[in-house]
Amino acid sequence: MKTTLQSGPFAHADHRVDRTMLTVLLALLPATLFNLWLFGLPAILLFACTLGAALGFEALWLAATGRDARAGLADGSAAITGWLLALSLPPWAPWWLGVLGAFIAIVIAKHAYGGLGQNLFNPAMVARVALLVSFPVIMTAWVAPQPLFTERAASVAQSFAVLGQGVPDTMVSATPLGHVKTELSRALPASQSAADAPALPDLLLGRRAGSMGETSVLLILAGGLFLLWRRVITWHIPVALLGSLFAAAQLASLADPARYTDGLFHLLTGASFLGAFFIATDYVTSPMSPRGKLIYGAGCGFLTWAIRSYAGYPEGMAFAVLLMNALTPIIDQYTRPRVFGRQRNGEPLPLRPF
Amino acid sequence: MSSAIVSLTLLGIVLGGLLGLASHWLAVEEDPIEKDIQAMLPGSQCGQCGYVGCAQAAAALARGEAAVTLCPSGGRALAEALAKKLGVSADLDGHAEPVPQLARIEEALCIGCVRCFNACTVDAIIGAPKQIHAVLSDICHGCGKCVGECRTGAIALQPVAPSVASWIWPKPAAGLAREVAA
Amino acid sequence: MKNHPIRGGVHPRYWKELASGQPIAAFPLPARLSLPLQQHVGAAAIPLVEPGQRVRKGERIALAPGAMSAPLHAPTSGVVHAIEEITAAHASGLPQLAIVIDSDGLDEWAELPAPLADPFAAPPEEIVRRVAEAGIVGQGGAVFPTAVKLGMGKQYRLDTLLLNGAECEPYITSDDRVMREHAAEVIDGARIMAHALGVAKIIIAIKKNKPEAIAIMREAARAFAGIEVVGVKIQYPIGYAQYLTQAVTGRETPAGRRNAEVGVVVQNVATALAVQRAVRHGVPLISRVVTVTGTAVSRAGNFEVPIGTPVAELIAHCGGYRARPRFLVNGGPMMGFQLPDENVPVVKGCVGIVALAEEETARQPEQACIRCGTCMDVCPIGLPPVEMAQLIRKDRLDDAARLGVGDCIACGSCAWACPSHIPLVQYFNHANGALWTADRQQRKNERLRQLAEARSARLEAARQERLAAQAARKARAAAPRQEISE
Repeated sequence: MKTTLQSGPFAHADHRVDRTMLTVLLALLPATLFNLWLFGLPAILLFACTLGAALGFEALWLAATGRDARAGLADGSAAITGWLLALSLPPWAPWWLGVLGAFIAIVIAKHAYGGLGQNLFNPAMVARVALLVSFPVIMTAWVAPQPLFTERAASVAQSFAVLGQGVPDTMVSATPLGHVKTELSRALPASQSAADAPALPDLLLGRRAGSMGETSVLLILAGGLFLLWRRVITWHIPVALLGSLFAAAQLASLADPARYTDGLFHLLTGASFLGAFFIATDYVTSPMSPRGKLIYGAGCGFLTWAIRSYAGYPEGMAFAVLLMNALTPIIDQYTRPRVFGRQRNGEPLPLRPF
Repeated sequence: MSSAIVSLTLLGIVLGGLLGLASHWLAVEEDPIEKDIQAMLPGSQCGQCGYVGCAQAAAALARGEAAVTLCPSGGRALAEALAKKLGVSADLDGHAEPVPQLARIEEALCIGCVRCFNACTVDAIIGAPKQIHAVLSDICHGCGKCVGECRTGAIALQPVAPSVASWIWPKPAAGLAREVAA
Repeated sequence: MKNHPIRGGVHPRYWKELASGQPIAAFPLPARLSLPLQQHVGAAAIPLVEPGQRVRKGERIALAPGAMSAPLHAPTSGVVHAIEEITAAHASGLPQLAIVIDSDGLDEWAELPAPLADPFAAPPEEIVRRVAEAGIVGQGGAVFPTAVKLGMGKQYRLDTLLLNGAECEPYITSDDRVMREHAAEVIDGARIMAHALGVAKIIIAIKKNKPEAIAIMREAARAFAGIEVVGVKIQYPIGYAQYLTQAVTGRETPAGRRNAEVGVVVQNVATALAVQRAVRHGVPLISRVVTVTGTAVSRAGNFEVPIGTPVAELIAHCGGYRARPRFLVNGGPMMGFQLPDENVPVVKGCVGIVALAEEETARQPEQACIRCGTCMDVCPIGLPPVEMAQLIRKDRLDDAARLGVGDCIACGSCAWACPSHIPLVQYFNHANGALWTADRQQRKNERLRQLAEARSARLEAARQERLAAQAARKARAAAPRQEISE
């Protein structure tokens, strides 16, 4: 019995990339289904376009570079990218926005960097930000929930019209964060405009205008807890992110309630939970050590608050994540664990009397 | 518009000039790379490369006059290391795989003439006139200088057989490269 | 006694149930035994016998050229067939010199050294000497000469002998069975070793997945003061000496130092048994307990196998294969190596032979790294395997060394846990091998340079001497003329 040389270990954990990715998709499923119902047929069509385009570009790229497209698609990473991108778009955006976003995410943000595992920035967020700065009007044209099977549900004809042209001007609605920002620019205090936001139960369930990923806080949280339970992610990034976002907002709001909304408002509006559990925790673009994750998560949370409060855009999660992505290599470098028998600086431990 | 062009051009000229002056004033006198290269060479002064000794070969390498494949006893491994150090791409396809070689003396043919003994620059050959010579295998580095000196053809370079003690794990074949090739 | 926390580690499926219920059985004498001269850390042994020579069981057939080596003894009586190259019990499968003995079936003993009636009255040097003569090396697989470790009481201040009964590797049950069936001898051996080391305290650490062994050892240790049996948590690789020391005593061995420098000497339980046999009965290390297991083998079991027995005979004795094995592994599946073929012999460090069926390995084709960081979480040393492998892939070995690849213990936790199934351990073994080779070459270059300089200095001195002699001759030749002219 002559064998080819293989190194151990000869046993292996039942861990596989494709299963991990599948778990993430499973965690996103409840929130996604709820939102597809909430925003109706136009949202379903856009979701399908975006996801399909992401998978299509992945397959095309792999085929064009001479790799096995089926094996590449099987790892599930392109599906997650397309899925998250679709969740971060306005639900009634035109079809080409999703397709263009998928192109940016898959081809430019992922494969131009060398493919899976090599990209510095979160592909879905690169696409979202690129679309946001290129098409600011379309990317902030939100719509109030129009649930399926209700009298407000979009008809088939209307749905295809939306898919072609986007939200009709008459139906454009603002997110709570956007509303506060607009009112502040009209010198209306934040404490007053924040009160216009939907009631707490509606915010938790997601009955408000916004992207599909941000509205239903409870279902996203449930998905995140599922990922924690399945040990796909650790608590460090979500806790640090939400904690620092809440702390920054709460402190600022205590200091100047007219200018700043409070911590709870920041947590429950916008894409805080989607970002904390599903975007910032992307393996490829986040630090690896627990300490690094805490620093990174805290950075994401604080930057999100700062961008929401001071920058021109109402939502800052995508920008914050991209900025912290850029810092990931350096965070990784400075948060490596201490090596057994060595001090933090790499020198051997001194011999201690016993 | 024109003021922008003028100011940027001026800025470029001034900064470029500063850089030029800095490279002139702050130039490193001695070429540190020569020392590094000398440390990489075997240091046996065997002269197989055509230079008098390893120091001269290192100087020539540093000046870019010699090929990185010049050292026969360093083998392919040294050639690769030199190419990396000097930042040149060496065509190593024709260069032999780094099979270390050692000189071996066929006792039946040795007449004890001490020619090889005198030729060896590192005293890796022991013996005396009229006595059969032998090679110290832990010192010999296979430069082959003795082979040419031997009149009776008693010396030959022999590849060192790989052993359990010297074997190392090969680098894993790149799984993703395999996929591309398929 | 509570365990101290240790970093990282994994929880593989242990599969101990395949063989742990099987008592140690005697193994039928093989017709031919091959004893490699190098079965230990250090210099290879030097043969003392010649082909055709008759040897008796227990007779020394190869000597240790220095302290850092171990002699070999004939596992049975018979005739030396040859001293020839056989396929090594090593991943490389390269040839290795071995003494091959044809057994005569008589199993006739040679005259053994007289037993030490009271080892505790003998000076420690005597124990160390007997252990060295018996050719005992670390039985847990590290094959470090035991006598060298037992001599460390002279070099370092010690306070504890830590007996390693963790048996961390999945599948392997040889230590478990040794503790269950030879508890009294193991404890006796441990006490003899403690005497040689000059320490009063013995801690016997056993992983909690062996409750029977813990109970039996506790019972056997009760009669003696200063022996404590400690259950350690089920976490791989807790059996690694430095870890076990940290988990049990809380002491962390500094990098580049010996475990003995923190006062603890770690010995395997099977080594204790071998020491006991050598000191109390004069029996050298000529057999050891080997687990033959894995779902691909028909009947798993534990056997007292003569050193040098071909692996093929072990497999045949266990009823052959039930399924075609995907891997035939020497040692456990985590740190063991794939056997090049079935004809290699059982060597002193062989704890078991594991025939793994396809479904047990869960190996998948390699995929791209997704930087999940699992490897960093599980690394017991605290290294960044993901970053090191990336550098090694690009041949940046020096940078990998700066990240600490040299501290890697090749425990395999990272590669076990990697969701992309990247052969991380092979990267690190490759890097450490290549760095070691480069370092050796560097040192050889240094030595060659010195030799070349010494030679040119010598030649120069000889030339100067010749010149001086010439000048003197000239001077002498000129001198008489001067006298005449005067």
